[in-house]
Amino acid sequence: MTQAAFVRTEMVPEQAPPITSSGVIGWMRKNLFDGWMNSLLTVVSLVAVGALLYEILPWIFRSSWTAGSLNECREQIKEAYGPDASGACWAVIRERYAQLTFGFYPSELYWRPILAFILMLGAMAPVLFSNLPRKLLWFSGLYPFIAAWLLWGGSVWGPLSALAGFIIGFALLLAITPRFGAILGVIAAVLGPIIWWTLLSGTVIDVLDSIIPIALEPVKSRNFGGFMLSITIGVTGIVASLPIGIVLALGRQSDLLIVKSLCVGFIEFIRGVPLITLLFVASTLLNIFLPPGTDFDIIVRVMIMVTLFSAAYMAEVIRGGLAALPRGQYEAADALGLDYWKAQRLIIMPQALKISIPGIVGTFIGLFKDTTLVMIIGLMDPLGLSTAIRANQEWNGIVWELYGFIALVFWIFCFSMSRYSMYLERKLQTENH
Amino acid sequence: MTALTDPPKESFRLSMLIYDTRYRSMTIQVVALMGFMLLFAWIISNTLQNLSALGKPVDFGFLFEPAGYDINQRLIEYNSQSTHLRAAFVGLLNTLLVAALGCALATILGVIIGVLRLSKNWLVARLMTVYVEAFRNVPVLLWIVLVMAIMIETMPPPRDFRGDNPSASMLLGDSVAVTNRGVYIPEPLFSRGLGDISVFGAFDISLDLIAILIALFGGIYASKLVKRRADRIQEATGDRPTTWYIRLGLVVLPTLAVLIALGFHLGYPELKGFNFKGGIHMRNSLIALWLALSLYTAAFIAEAVRAGILAISKGQTEAAYALGLSRSQTMNLVILPQAARVIIPPLISQYLNLTKNSSLAIAVGYMDITGTLGGITMNQTGRELESILLLMAIYLSISLSISAVMNWYNKRVKLVER
Repeated sequence: MTQAAFVRTEMVPEQAPPITSSGVIGWMRKNLFDGWMNSLLTVVSLVAVGALLYEILPWIFRSSWTAGSLNECREQIKEAYGPDASGACWAVIRERYAQLTFGFYPSELYWRPILAFILMLGAMAPVLFSNLPRKLLWFSGLYPFIAAWLLWGGSVWGPLSALAGFIIGFALLLAITPRFGAILGVIAAVLGPIIWWTLLSGTVIDVLDSIIPIALEPVKSRNFGGFMLSITIGVTGIVASLPIGIVLALGRQSDLLIVKSLCVGFIEFIRGVPLITLLFVASTLLNIFLPPGTDFDIIVRVMIMVTLFSAAYMAEVIRGGLAALPRGQYEAADALGLDYWKAQRLIIMPQALKISIPGIVGTFIGLFKDTTLVMIIGLMDPLGLSTAIRANQEWNGIVWELYGFIALVFWIFCFSMSRYSMYLERKLQTENH
Repeated sequence: MTALTDPPKESFRLSMLIYDTRYRSMTIQVVALMGFMLLFAWIISNTLQNLSALGKPVDFGFLFEPAGYDINQRLIEYNSQSTHLRAAFVGLLNTLLVAALGCALATILGVIIGVLRLSKNWLVARLMTVYVEAFRNVPVLLWIVLVMAIMIETMPPPRDFRGDNPSASMLLGDSVAVTNRGVYIPEPLFSRGLGDISVFGAFDISLDLIAILIALFGGIYASKLVKRRADRIQEATGDRPTTWYIRLGLVVLPTLAVLIALGFHLGYPELKGFNFKGGIHMRNSLIALWLALSLYTAAFIAEAVRAGILAISKGQTEAAYALGLSRSQTMNLVILPQAARVIIPPLISQYLNLTKNSSLAIAVGYMDITGTLGGITMNQTGRELESILLLMAIYLSISLSISAVMNWYNKRVKLVER
């Protein structure tokens, strides 16, 4: 019996997936229109975004850049785009741009903050990116003194004597520790600079000033303002709060009862009160706490308070990193015979800091945002200036343009910080997933 | 054989305080304590010296003097003849009011946004990311000032609501009016109210409110009892009696009965003269603070919620499906209880942040504790030290109580491991 059965001998060629599950359409079906609920959400969001853009885009672009007041702005826009048109009045930014950036800093000296800002980028580069030559770190160490001199002006010997205090402290630490032990070394390294700054440096500055007078025109703190003020306070706080935070975190983790309770008390106190009360302390009480007759700069007082505030938060973030470290790391460091500081420096801290990078950068971002609070004690940061501009006859009634601009600048700074933290996390990732 | 002898007893030398690890920790602590006490004593002595030079010895007596200023936003009786202490108390209640309102709204928004950020819908997830990044990276003070400016500059003035063809109209069936002087919402009124009861002669509490709360919580408790009974029956027989209508009735009916008995009705705001009368007037400052704090904190809460849900491994969901649980049961019985353990601690710390950020009220003139005690009272009496110390103590006690709640919660939900 011959029954021919059809037997296929060759494979069917591979076919492309159906058009509905690949390419753009497939992606849309999968991600936007997967079920009726999802489709509804997509349509609703599309409509919302469309309506928003329909309102905002003409407003942004039908704008006036040249007017001298809000009324003039509106006239110009009506003239150009018809009587019902409403547009942004970017003229306010153009007119007040310099003020929003530098506050009341003398305009012929704008080169100084600009130079300080450019140098800051140079000083930050070797800290942020490890593939740059390590020698540049010396410049980063010197930068705070250069910046202070550039911003405030005055005699060059002031910042130099402040720097000398740190050098004295470091030299004492190196000289005394090998001979008399770490405790005396630390005590001498703390006391030496204090004696230098309080007793000696004043005379030395005067003498040097009379021999070699090098000075920039001094600028008073009350002339500082705008983003320059925010960045000055923010960067100082960021640089100073990390080491203080590390010390506080170590103190809180320590076995020494008294040290531990002092640190816990400090951290919990600072974290329990709002920053604004600490700024009140800076503006009204700090002068009462210091010897009669001392009256130091309001911006420096604010910097101290902001630094202490974020140091407490930093300490908690780093404590989290320390706690997340497996016990074995501590034991391994002990087994290698490292003493406390060596173990911290070589084994514990590099790992704990790596774990807490997101938290640390989060604290930095919070600190930078919190610099706007100085508006409440009367400093002219961008928000304080915006209130002043809005109280002005010409610009009374302006809202979105001004705040939109300020918000955008803050957003750029904060967002780049958070992106950098993600980059750093990826770079330092050592686990194999 | 040599006799085993004790090593010679080492006599104590002064250098052992530094070199001997047995004594060194003691030395460090004593030095630290002495340094701290010296610093503290130095500050105290400076302060006393400065204050006596200013002729202002530390004295809290100003708290009992008449304040002499008005507070437009208040929850309890207050007039300009009341004491500074009472003004501070009014401020404290205002702080708690905006904190409670803010926490509630921020939680609702934050949970929705956090869940939507994990949505399978690409567009929705992206939009929520945009929201979170936009709000997290801009200072909260800017949001507060911005919302305040929007309320004042772009909302219609009350006169726009007048006339036959008004350019502005009330919302939600003529019950809510949004004006540049604030938002007017309906107020609850009782035609057969029970009146107020005075507590310690200091402030009044509405008996109506107490009656409603008793009815509500009584209903919830009764509904819990019904649930427990249903659980028992389910465990004994395997069948769960249908109870949802009983439980709903137990919660709703008593409250409804009390409301009817008290003659509950809403008082709507009405345009009279140049302004709205009646209803509850929520001032611009309250609205600005409330909205800005909620929108800002919601972004952080959304991140906490997202992290909490992501922290639950996929195996948990798969295991629940393998056990035959439905989708909603998986969510309610497996995922949420575990995610809550991760979400709630950061959530509470966001509540704490919101409460502390509410001190920014002073920027828009909302009279919270910072505005009264740390603002007008401090400026009028010149008692900076006392006012700020008191202010810090109050915030500190709020923070510590919230932390105590958090620690209690953490202890309760802690994983018990072998």
